[in-house]
Amino acid sequence: MWDIWQEIWGTIRKNKLRTFLTGFSVAWGIFMLIILLAAGNGLKNGVKSQFSWRAKNSLMMWPGRTSIPYNGLPKNRSIKFRPGDPEYLKGQHEQIKYILPVIEHRGDTLSVGKEYTYSSMVGVTPDFPKSRNVEVKSGNGRFINEADILQARKVVVIHDRTAEVLFRHVSPLGKYVKVNNILFQVVGIYSDDNMNQSPYTYAPLSTIQIIYHPEWSYDSFDMLIDGVNSVKDNEILERKIRESLGRIKDFSPDDNNAVYIWNILTNYLQTQGIFNGISLFIWIIGIGTLIAGVVGVSNIMLITVKERTHELGIRKALGARPSSILKLVVTESIVITLFFGYIGMIAGIGITELAASYLSISGGHMGRSIFMNPTVELPIAVSATAVLIVAGVLAGYFPARKAVKIKPIEALRNE
Amino acid sequence: MIRLEGINKTYYNGSPLHVLKGINLQVERGELVSIMGASGSGKSTLLNILGILDDYDSGDYYLNNVLIKDLSENKAAEYRNRMIGFIFQSFNLISFKNAMENVALPLYYQNISRKKRNILALEYLDRMGLKEHAYHLPSEMSGGQKQRVAIARALISKPQIILADEPTGALDSETTQEVMDLLKEVNREGMTLVVVTHERDIAMQTHKIVHIKDGIIGEIEMMK
Repeated sequence: MWDIWQEIWGTIRKNKLRTFLTGFSVAWGIFMLIILLAAGNGLKNGVKSQFSWRAKNSLMMWPGRTSIPYNGLPKNRSIKFRPGDPEYLKGQHEQIKYILPVIEHRGDTLSVGKEYTYSSMVGVTPDFPKSRNVEVKSGNGRFINEADILQARKVVVIHDRTAEVLFRHVSPLGKYVKVNNILFQVVGIYSDDNMNQSPYTYAPLSTIQIIYHPEWSYDSFDMLIDGVNSVKDNEILERKIRESLGRIKDFSPDDNNAVYIWNILTNYLQTQGIFNGISLFIWIIGIGTLIAGVVGVSNIMLITVKERTHELGIRKALGARPSSILKLVVTESIVITLFFGYIGMIAGIGITELAASYLSISGGHMGRSIFMNPTVELPIAVSATAVLIVAGVLAGYFPARKAVKIKPIEALRNE
Repeated sequence: MIRLEGINKTYYNGSPLHVLKGINLQVERGELVSIMGASGSGKSTLLNILGILDDYDSGDYYLNNVLIKDLSENKAAEYRNRMIGFIFQSFNLISFKNAMENVALPLYYQNISRKKRNILALEYLDRMGLKEHAYHLPSEMSGGQKQRVAIARALISKPQIILADEPTGALDSETTQEVMDLLKEVNREGMTLVVVTHERDIAMQTHKIVHIKDGIIGEIEMMK
């Protein structure tokens, strides 16, 4: 068995250019395929992450002004979300699992001693993290709870970057933050993957209500939806919510300006549709590249065997069995495609991982990128390499079989 | 050693060409025989049939009392490997292998270990006076040296017969004689040789000359 390797090594060493060209077309095919697929994945991951700050099955709804006269009432009336609305909507639509009223007060100054930062105070309920990706890690205190709401406590949950700015290396838990001359106690620190906006500061809904919205209205509702999975069903649900809200607030269900609805799932599904299309496109190009590689290998193997016909004839005259010649050519083809396929795969994975790590480092400075983690799953890379190797084997096999069938005298004449 | 009985061979390239028309020939063990004939006489075809490089249509060919007929590719390869040594006009050395590796190649197909092969190959090269060229590539050797490598390669598997197709055709007159002397010496050691040639003075150095013309054997000249 060792001998066949010696034979192959001998041939490869004596035919460096040919070996290199074969190998290069293999390595290049794999390399390009991996780069392409990784770019596609990067784009997909990047866009997915744009949605990651919100639960995907959620609707966001905020009030506007009517644009259609309704029930004898003029247009351009402003609609307000009031206490009782969440309970009413939840009663009307079984698909709504949670409905979370939010009050947002923008442009507040938070200060501790000489340190200060700007943030928006957001009044929320304890269920708020179900809808937004807001996480209070263990050891960082807690989120807003029911008791905070009931007693309208002046407590806040601050972002970890806010905490760093205001408190430096001291733990902020239990300390006080001055928000526009009112002191709030810090009960928790949250993290999210939101990189580019000035982070929110969360406080109990009731507290914010009393301080900033004494007329009792909400700025928006976050709704978590269950069991509505298609774009069409989502449109139906949006329409029904408009209808039932219109009944109590006197606006037309056709009036899209009375309340605005932003449907994350619909957006997500549409974007995903686009990206599935891009993925398909990339796969088609990738497979095309792979086929080009296969054709390259076949071509060179064909020439190789042709070129070696004379040598194979000598071997036959000296007593080589057809099977041993077949084995020689096919094994050489396998060795070359395996080796260079591996190099192409490693190079492709290396480049994509490098790009991924560069993006994740620079992500902190440049904000959320459209590219994220542009890598290919290892099984895909390996199976693409395997396809090319199998192709290389076949590419070597058929011309070799033809060469083997030639009578030795014909092969010997071929000079 | 060799017994041919009524060998016929027709090539079907376009119009049928009846090359060998009933060849009867006997070569005894230890003989040095030459086959002479004009080009197109069928002498090369006859040699290819003798060397199991080509098959024949009818008749019988016995090599060392083994009937060589309708062999499978594998069987033919094995017989070629063990019973026949070839020497060609154009040497037919493998260009990217050095002299030693070329000589050792027939043993590779007998699954003899590399180490043993190379030792034997060096031994045979030494007999040919080429020990110091063992690691040279064919392109680094002269025609005479190349043919001596080929002779070593033909001998290494200890065949029953050696078939030489115009062994001196590509050599100058001085080297030609060197190679002929070498072949005669091999013959003196007991090897049966069949040499195809069109040069009279080469043929004169063999035991008998078989004249072939238009696919049939004509005169057989006995030398000495």
